[in-house]
Amino acid sequence: MAKKDFELTWQEIPVGNIVLEPGNAAEYRTGDWRSQRPVVDRSKCVKCGICFSFCPEPCIVKDEEGYYEAELYYCKGCGICAYECPKGAITMVQEEH
Amino acid sequence: MSKRRGIEASAAVAEAVAAANVDVIAAYPITPQTHIVERISEIVADGILDAEFICVESEHSALSACLGSAAVGARTFTATAGQGLELMHEVLYVTASMRLPVVMVVANRALSGPLNVWGDHSDVMAARDCGWIQYFAENAQEVYDLTICAFRIAEDHRCLFPVMVNMDGFHVSHVVEPVELLDRDAVASFLPPNRYPLPLHPDRPVTMGAFAPPVLYTECRTAQEEALRATFPVIKEAWDDFANRFGRRYAPVETYRLDGAECVLVVMGSFAETAAAVIDRLRDAGKPVGLIRLRLWRPFPFAEIRQALSNARIVIVCDRSISYGGPGGPVCSELKAALFGHAHQPRIVSFIAGLGGRDILPEQFASMVDRATEIVERNLPVDYEIIGVRQ
Repeated sequence: MAKKDFELTWQEIPVGNIVLEPGNAAEYRTGDWRSQRPVVDRSKCVKCGICFSFCPEPCIVKDEEGYYEAELYYCKGCGICAYECPKGAITMVQEEH
Repeated sequence: MSKRRGIEASAAVAEAVAAANVDVIAAYPITPQTHIVERISEIVADGILDAEFICVESEHSALSACLGSAAVGARTFTATAGQGLELMHEVLYVTASMRLPVVMVVANRALSGPLNVWGDHSDVMAARDCGWIQYFAENAQEVYDLTICAFRIAEDHRCLFPVMVNMDGFHVSHVVEPVELLDRDAVASFLPPNRYPLPLHPDRPVTMGAFAPPVLYTECRTAQEEALRATFPVIKEAWDDFANRFGRRYAPVETYRLDGAECVLVVMGSFAETAAAVIDRLRDAGKPVGLIRLRLWRPFPFAEIRQALSNARIVIVCDRSISYGGPGGPVCSELKAALFGHAHQPRIVSFIAGLGGRDILPEQFASMVDRATEIVERNLPVDYEIIGVRQ
């Protein structure tokens, strides 16, 4: 999309609100819904992947070392990963803004 | 060019669907609309119309199937009434916001409860704000003509909105009347093929029915509202072209004997025909009365209604539904809103009548004129009155 969605005027909305670029949901930043972000304490993490399995977005990805981190472009800050973590390794931290 | 036949209004709708060469019909039978889809299913089964007739398990599915059908660019029709329109409710809004040119005939019916299958306007009033173009036909010929016009209006690229053609349940839907049926070639000359601009097609993928977050929803809704208001000249153009070709003229606001009329009745739907007969009688007796038949309900014809009422002293609005706990009949509310703040301020009196299939008799229209005059001249504190209720 040439323009970001928050820049579109009503005159620029396509007829019937049709999305002309299929598959563009990946561009949609749900991260700005977030008021808290998950922070992983790697000294407690056992790389079980339960956070990865439960993330409803799903925005948690495994890094090269096998740890799991949330992709903050998409993470809505729901806190399910922190709630489900059996080791208490994930803390929800208030965003600054 | 055309033939005149005695035919039930519902069957006339089916003939209009056949003449318009509709591609897809998805419908669920419900009184008093059943005869429409019953006759269409016969026309399709007999091979007179080459169309897909989708039998569905509910009205919600009927309109959902129509939505999908219109989205691939097929000319699409459905019909319903009363509770069926209620069950379609959420899809009504979706169809309008997706700008899909579905045509639907509603045989207007009361809403439960108590359960009542007879005619009034409660169903369409509950669907008033769904974003469809909505207008009213008063008899079999009108519903035939206006159904054909509906496809032209809906599919016009300047329009692209679903159209709801209303006719009164039983009082129109089940009445056999002489109807001039047009042949298919004549209809085809008036109604070009449907060319939906962005149909669903695997070669050109698009996403329909996506969601809009707060940052976009207001712009989407504004675009829809502006587009619906802009359909007004397209509707008039279609009706004028129909008149030029076939001789029957329709207008958003139709007036009857308004010259010198101090007291004007406003009626929507078939009871306007009864009212017209009463106007003749009262005029013969020297009373300065006239009639407005409100044909186009959405988009509301504000300027036309103001113009038509510019010389009226008393305006009587006769509604066939109640806005519970509200200001009176919904048509009257719209009319008051249309006139509020404008230089000419007639006194407006709201009556509610004809609920759940009850007739409005000629003498009741005549008594409305007397009662409205009394309310205005004695300045009685009346919000609205229900005609003919036993008490």
